[in-house]
Amino acid sequence: MRYALPALALLALWQAVVWIGQMPAFILPSPLRVATALWSNAGLILHHAGVTLAEVLAGLALGAVLGAATALAMAVSPLARSLIRPALVLTQALPVFALAPILTLWLGYGLWSKVLMAVLIIYFPVASAFFDGLMRTPPGWLDLARVMDAPKRRVLWHMRVPAAVPSLASGLRLAAVYAPIGAIIGEWVGASQGLGYLMLLANGRAKIDLMFAALIVLAAMTLLLHRAVGWACDRTVARMG
Amino acid sequence: MTAPGLRVAGSAWLGEVPLFEGLDFRAEAAGWTCILGPSGVGKSTLIRLIAGLDTGARFEGEVAATDGAPLGGRVAWMAQQDELLPWLSVAQNAGLGARLRGGRADSAAVAALLARAGLSAQSARRPAQLSGGQRQRVALARTLMEDRPVVLLDEPFSALDAKTRAEMQDLAFEMLAGRTVVLVTHDPGEAARLGSRIWLMGPGGLGEVEVPAAPAIRSVDDPGCLKVQGELLRRMRAAA
Repeated sequence: MRYALPALALLALWQAVVWIGQMPAFILPSPLRVATALWSNAGLILHHAGVTLAEVLAGLALGAVLGAATALAMAVSPLARSLIRPALVLTQALPVFALAPILTLWLGYGLWSKVLMAVLIIYFPVASAFFDGLMRTPPGWLDLARVMDAPKRRVLWHMRVPAAVPSLASGLRLAAVYAPIGAIIGEWVGASQGLGYLMLLANGRAKIDLMFAALIVLAAMTLLLHRAVGWACDRTVARMG
Repeated sequence: MTAPGLRVAGSAWLGEVPLFEGLDFRAEAAGWTCILGPSGVGKSTLIRLIAGLDTGARFEGEVAATDGAPLGGRVAWMAQQDELLPWLSVAQNAGLGARLRGGRADSAAVAALLARAGLSAQSARRPAQLSGGQRQRVALARTLMEDRPVVLLDEPFSALDAKTRAEMQDLAFEMLAGRTVVLVTHDPGEAARLGSRIWLMGPGGLGEVEVPAAPAIRSVDDPGCLKVQGELLRRMRAAA
C-alpha cells in the first residue's frame, strides 16, 4: 500500500505531461494507451518476461554460489586472498557493459550470455559482502574456540559462516536488483527473446506504448524479486537469532 | 583429574614499551588465585598468556604447570562477555566445545550442569531471551562442560549488577571446586571474597597480598573479608 500513493502521483504527472505537452503517442504514449498495449500484448510480454526471469534467476543462483564460494576461499586461505582480490576488483573496474558484445560473440544469442552478464554484475557485491562478514567474527568467539582446541574448519562452519549470514544477506539483496540489469544489457546486445529484446524491437518500430508496457513489467519483476530475496534473507537471519 | 598449580615468569612489551618486567606469578593448585588491578596494567595479558591466546604483546619467559605437563588442552576460558552464539539454544551453547571439536555434547551432562546452574527451564531458549545473569550462568555451564583442571576467568562478573554478581560468585565457587582457578578482576571485594591467594598488579609490577583469615568463599559481610577489601582498595589507590 505504501507504494500506491507515489505510483498514483507518478501516473497523474505522466498524464499531465501528455496533455499539456500535446505529446504524440510515438514519443510519449498516455498511461491508458500503455495499459491497453499491456493488455492486448499480454501473451507476448509474458513470454518474453519468462525468458528474462529465467536468465535472471539462473544468474542470481550461479552468481550467489560463485560469490559465496569465492568469499569462503578468501577467508580460509591467505594465498587465495592475494590471488583473487585483485581479480575481484578488476571485475568492478571493467564496465560489464563493455563486455556484453564479446560475451555474446563467445556464448551466442541464447540464454547463457545473459546469465553470464548477470553473474558478472552480482559476483562482486556478493563475494565482498560475505567476505567482510567472514572476517568480522567477534574476536571473543574466536578466543573461545581457540581454548576449546577447535579445528579451523569447524570454527569456519560453526562460527564464522553463521555469524556472516547477515552480511551475505545484504549482498544478496543488492544482487537481486543488479541481476536484471545484467540480463537486459545482454538482451540489448544480442538476443531473439526477452524483455530487453522486446523493448528494443518495439522502440525500432515506433511502438512506444509496447516498449513502456515491457518496461513496467520489468520494473515490477525486479521489485518482486527484491522483495522475495529480502523476505528469504530476513527469515534466515531471524532464524539465526 | 588433578589440578596443577601454575607459574608465569618473565617480561612483556607492547612494541618497545614494557608492560611488565621480571614478573613472577604463581597460582595455587585446586584453589582460587585472584589478580587484582586497574585497567591497562597487563592483567588480561597475563591470563591470556596462560590460556595460550594472542596478547598483542611480546613475551619472554615461561608459562608452566607445576606438574611439568604441558598446559595445552587442560584449560577452560570464560570472559567478561558471555560470548554465547545467538543462533544456538542454551543447551547447545553449553555443549559448544564438543560441537566445535566435531563430536556431540553429552546431553545428560549438559542437562545436569544446566540444572545446577538453575537453568533447566531455559535449556531450549535462545540467549537473546535470557537476562544478563542467566547468560553468564550459561557461559559458566559451558566452561564446566569442558571439564578442564585449570579454569581462567577474565573479569567474568564485572558486567553484572551487585546482587547478581554476588550470586554468580557463590555459584561459580561451588561449581569450580577442586579446579585451579585464576580470576582477573578490578573489584577488591570480589578478590577478598574468593581468593585463596591474591595478587595486586599495578604499574610497579605484581605483589602478593595477605588474604582474609576465613577460608574462601567468604560471606559478603565477613569482617576479615571487608577489612582486606578496604586494604586492597587503599593500596590500589596508593599505587596509581
